[in-house]
Order: sequence, then C-alpha cells, then structure tokens
Amino acid sequence: METTRREILKGAGLLLILGARANPGGAPQTAAAAGSYDPHQHLWAMTIDIDKCIGCGHCVRACAQENDVPEEYFRTWIERYEIDGSNLEHPTVTSPDGGKHGFPPSSETRTKQFFVPKLCNHCLESPCVQVCPVGATFHSPDGVVLVDESYCLGCRYCVQACPYGCRYIHPEKLTVDKCTFCYHRITKGLTTACCEACPTQARVLADLKNPADPVHAFLRENKVQVLKPHMATRSKVFYRALDGAVR
Amino acid sequence: MKGRWQNSIHLIRPAAVFLAGLVLFLVVRVFVVPPTFGQFGHYRGAVLDEIRALPVKYAGQQACAACHEEETHLKSKGKHASVACETCHGPAAQHAEDPGSVRPGKPEETALCAGCHEMDAAKPKWFPQVNTKEHMAGMRCLECHPAHDPAP
Amino acid sequence: MGPVPGVEGFMYPNEVELQWSLLIVLYPYITGLVAGAFILASLERVFRVKAVKPTYRLALLTALAFLLVAPLPLQLHLGHPERSFAMFLTPHRSSAMAMFGFVYLWYLLVVLLAEIWLDYRADIVRMATVETGWRRWLYRVLTLGSMNVSEQARAVDERVGYWITIIGIPSAFLLHGYVGFIFGSVKANAWWSTPLMPIVFLFSAMVSGIAAVMLLYMAAMRLQGRKLDMLCLDTIARYLFYVFLIDFSLEMLDLVHRIYEADESFRSLDFMVHSRLWTSQVVVQILLGTCVPLLLLASVLLFRFSETARKHIYVVAGILTLVGIFAMRWNVVIGGQLFSKSYLGYTSYKLDFATREGLLPAIVLMLLPFAILWVLVKLLPPWKPEEEGRDGVCAVAS
Repeated sequence: METTRREILKGAGLLLILGARANPGGAPQTAAAAGSYDPHQHLWAMTIDIDKCIGCGHCVRACAQENDVPEEYFRTWIERYEIDGSNLEHPTVTSPDGGKHGFPPSSETRTKQFFVPKLCNHCLESPCVQVCPVGATFHSPDGVVLVDESYCLGCRYCVQACPYGCRYIHPEKLTVDKCTFCYHRITKGLTTACCEACPTQARVLADLKNPADPVHAFLRENKVQVLKPHMATRSKVFYRALDGAVR
Repeated sequence: MKGRWQNSIHLIRPAAVFLAGLVLFLVVRVFVVPPTFGQFGHYRGAVLDEIRALPVKYAGQQACAACHEEETHLKSKGKHASVACETCHGPAAQHAEDPGSVRPGKPEETALCAGCHEMDAAKPKWFPQVNTKEHMAGMRCLECHPAHDPAP
Repeated sequence: MGPVPGVEGFMYPNEVELQWSLLIVLYPYITGLVAGAFILASLERVFRVKAVKPTYRLALLTALAFLLVAPLPLQLHLGHPERSFAMFLTPHRSSAMAMFGFVYLWYLLVVLLAEIWLDYRADIVRMATVETGWRRWLYRVLTLGSMNVSEQARAVDERVGYWITIIGIPSAFLLHGYVGFIFGSVKANAWWSTPLMPIVFLFSAMVSGIAAVMLLYMAAMRLQGRKLDMLCLDTIARYLFYVFLIDFSLEMLDLVHRIYEADESFRSLDFMVHSRLWTSQVVVQILLGTCVPLLLLASVLLFRFSETARKHIYVVAGILTLVGIFAMRWNVVIGGQLFSKSYLGYTSYKLDFATREGLLPAIVLMLLPFAILWVLVKLLPPWKPEEEGRDGVCAVAS
C-alpha cells in the first residue's frame, strides 16, 4: 500500500515534467511489445468521467465485437440515471439492452440525468476470486481479474459474490464470463476495445505502475469515487463526478 | 492386554481401506493437476498466455494512422480529434493485417451522427447536440459537417 | 426501455437470469435432513436418551441415504460436472465452497460409514454366514475380512463408535452450518449476508431431520405391521418442538433485526417479502410450516390426547414441518436472487419441468434417497426380524 502511494506520487511528479498527453483512443504508450510483456511491471485500472459520457453505446458495441459477447449479456454496459431533486434513494435507472444501441433521447429538464458506464472493477480484494472453489478465476500479476474457461466448473458462486453484477454464465460455454480489460490487447500495447471506441474519452485505461500514466494526475486533480465503496473490494475503476445515487 | 489387541485388530481394516483411498487420491492428484498450476498464484499459469493469444478485432488508432495519413492529419486538427477511426468505421484489425482482404464500410451517416449528437437532457451540457429533426431540415449531415473535420 | 419479461424496476443487465435454481434449493434441504437425522441418532448414543433407541439405526441409514444423494443436485447444476474433481485437486483455500468436498467426504467416510459399520458389524458377520448367493458375498465383503464379533471385540466397537459419534456431532454441525456459511458469507447479497445464517441453517436442519425420521419411523412400523413405540415417538416429538422453538426464535431474531436496523437493502427486501415471496415465505414457511406445527406439538405437551390423536398430530406436524423447512430453503436460495443488488428492481424465477435444472430432476432427486433407504433397510435391517420393536433392538445393542 505504502509503495503504491509513493509510486503514484513519483509518477505524478514525472508527469508534470513530461506534460499531459492528448492521445486519441487513449492508448497507453508504454505497454511493451507483445513478446516482451512482463505482467509484474503493470497494474491495470480504468478511469471513468461521468461528465464526459454521452451514452452513445460505442463502448458496449465495441466490447461485444472484440470479445464475442453473447446477445443479452454484458461485459460492459451503460445505465442512465434520472434523479428528482433530493430523492437520492429512488433514482429511475434504465439500461435498454445494456445501452448497446444508445438511449431514447430525453427532453425532461426538471430532473438530473446522466450516464454511468459500468464494467468489471478489477478489484484488488475481489469477492469473486475469493469464492472460486478451484482457482478458475484469479488476479493476474498485473491486477486483472480473469477467468480460466478451461478450468471453470460453472458453479456460479462468483456470479453471486460480485456486488456489481459484472459476471454471467456464457450460454454456450457454460462457464463464467466477464470483462478481461481486453487482456489480449493491453498486453500488446493497445488499449481496451471500449476505450478505443469511446469518442469522448469518458473511459481511459490506466496503468497504475507506470509513473508516466496520466491516471496519476487524474486521481490527484479530481474528486474520484468507486462504486459501492462500503463493499471494500478495493475497486480499480475510478469514477469522476459520480453521483451519490449511483449504486 | 493381548486379548484387547486381538479384539481391536479388525479396526485396522477400515482404516487401511481409507488410507489406501487417500494414497490413491494423492497419487492421482500428482498426475492430474495442470503442470502450470500455482506458477503465479492459485490458478493455471498457462492461461495468461492463452488469453493473450485471443484475436484482436480493433486494430487501434496507431495502426490506422500508419497508412491513412491524410485522414489522420485532417482529423487531428478538428473537433473529432479524440474520436478513433474505428469508433465510426468499426473494427479493422483484419483490414490492417491485409488491407486488400476486407474494407471497413462507410457508416450510415445520419444514424451514426445522431447516435452521439442527438439532443438528450442526460448528455453533458458541453457536448454538441442538436434536435436532428429540426436541425437537419431535409439535408444530410455531411453536407455541412465533413465527418473528419466537422466544425462548426 | 424494452420491458424484460418478469422484471420489475431496474436490474443490472446480467442479473435478470437466476443463477441458482431449484436444485440448489434441494442441496441445503437434503444436507439438512442428513445432519438432523444424525443428530437425532446421536441423542441416543451420546446423550443416553434411551427412549429414542428404536430410531437409532433408522436415523443413521436415513442420514446415509440422503447424504449419498446430497452432491447430485450440485453436480447436475454445474456447467461442467466433469470438472468437479478439480475441487479436490486444487481446492481454493479462501473459498467456502471448496471445502464442501472435504467436509462431505469426512462426514461420509469417517463418521457415517464408520459408525454404521461398527454398529452393524455383528449383524453383517452373522448374515455373511447364514445368507446365500450374492447376498452372502456382499456381506462377506462388508465384513472387510474380519469375523471377530466376540463380546470383547463388540465392546471395543461400542467404545470406538461412541467416540465417532462424539466427533460426528460437531461434524454434522460443520456439514450444515457450513452450508449456511456458503450463503451467509456473500457480502454482496443482503438477503444472505448474516452471521445468523449458519446457525439458522443448523437448527432448521435438525428440525427437518428429526421430523423426517419421525415420519419414516411411523411409516416403517406401519409397513412392517409392527407396533409403534409411543414413548419413543412422544420423545422425538418433544425434541422436535424444542429445537423448532430455537429455530423459530433465531429466524424471528433475524427478521426483527432487519426490520429495526432497516439498512439500505431493507426497503427492497421488504417489498419482495410482501410481493414475490409472500406465499412461500409468510404463508407457507412461517404460518403453515412453522406456527401450525409448533402449536400442534405444543398442544400435545399441554393437553392429554389419545394415542391415535397424538399419532395424527405428529403426522400432520411432521409433514408441515418438512414443507416449511423446504419453503425456508426456497426463500433463502431463490429469494436471494429475486432482487437486484442495486435495490432498484426485481426479477422472477421461471421453473421449467423436464430440463436439466427443472422440476422433474428435482422430484427424482427427492425420491432417490427413499429408494436408497429402502435398499439399505433391506440389506441392513434396523430392527431384529424375530423380535418385536424396541426390545429387539435393545437386545442387539446389549
């Protein structure tokens, strides 16, 4: 914990010298070429800026295409929140087909409305990994929660244990399936499909172990929050401008 | 004392059966557990490379820019600078690998533009959005707003 | 929003589908019967409650019959049953579920089979000499090659059996308390996540196991045309009442605690209990399955009834108890998946009939233990054939 914090601070300092980047698609510059990737040199995370999300659904579609996500299941999805004044307890939430094809436009201006993209939080203290009876789901050395589909029993305990609803049983493979942070991409120097397709950079992949990653400035300069912090899962998907009504 | 031993010796038999089962299990276990299990943690280490080997569908901005210099340059100055090529043109890894094999299609413009820019109270205020029905007045988007550099 | 059938309000999109079906309802139900039956058996053995002696062996065989079936609903429900052996090969130490295989095997081999073998050894040896044909061979195998049933040897068996029962009681507690922990430790699920879950499971297990053995004893005596031992039956019913009272108190404590604390999940769960779970939870589990049998059992303690009336009361109370405990398992397992973890919506459970996790396999799995028990009773008769009732059993044991 202490080293992580120090690394983040060190990274932030470096960043001031290097200056910020404007990188289309949000591709991280540092992931090594495919052959020489060392998982111990990275710690993957994501930042999501609610004020930048337009609910277009590009991320959901890109994810589905990149990862062959079956119809009606979602590795990432978008929710639209509508909150009436102080009534934080009773938001109206919709997510038609996971927001895959966007949302029907709303002209209601008396309520507060915004979009919340969701995906696996790749928690450091993942309840899903904790409960897997056989070691079919695990934390990779670079901080990604992955599934070994050739080892998964399909017992579904992890689906029950995830507080965020990020897991599902693949209808054909009958094993659990979930967001991999596009592990096959990020380990080759590409960004995730959802971040690649996001037109506003509302979601940006981050490498917490890379001192030059803009994530350090993002975390320092913004008020950030994770989903359901009371679950104490040490989520690594950091939201900027997340409303208290979001659950 | 001897009598007691003789009258207890039958208990060794079920114990031996259990023990034999246990030994059999331990032997089988040595052969059946995947060889890379435990390499990095409580999982099959080889799975990391298996997942990494999955095919990439979205080539990434850099792959597009490597060939399509003109469009990249045009786009980089305009309002769509932060939009990756494949956001609108779709996944193009196969095209990047062998440009002749597949050509990414031209997206259906009205639906694509409206997908982001249709007026919606839930969208952030800073984001350019219009009521397409009123705004377009029978025209096509691209007549006024070239996709790669759509300003104004 | 395109309305999803069966969904009300907002569910996270992957939540619409229920993960744990009727088969997972059977799993705690069946293991509960095992644990309960065994604890009833141990009453006689360890706590010297002599009155329940006639049911001792029946309770053991009942426990075995149900224990043999217990893993089947789990296997049937797995996406890849062929891989389930991995639970033994690479058990994940932090997983509550990973220990199931080990707890199960410990209980099956070290406790139940060992205790039954020790108790039946004299009978097995005798039958290995008097029986003919394949039965003779079967019993000879079951002797494990030792024909020594001298008085001293039986005394050793008795002592070892006693200690195995003593180990067996915490093991039975472990077996079922642990099943409760599988649910109670899921912090993501407000309906399940409570430290009371293992202990509620345990007491409801005892309740269902005692009720089942009571009914089985009555049925077996009737089928064999023997006379019921009313002292035995009254004693079992009394224990059923006491344990049921504790179980009910614990469940009410959980309920009162939830209502009084009224945390973020309360509004959602409260609505669920008042809508989708109303019949199965309030009507079947609490009123019909708990209050009515408790009142019936209490009335026997308070008033004088004839033997026939008591028998009828026990039958009704026993059946209602078993239905009530089944409803309790249903409400835990299915109820825990009907509400969204966002607390903003509800889904519904559609029970199929002839599918892998449907009603038909569930019915078969519920009948299977009775078939196994029938075979076990044939092979290892709990009562001596030539003598009547409990005198006979006492004669065997002494």
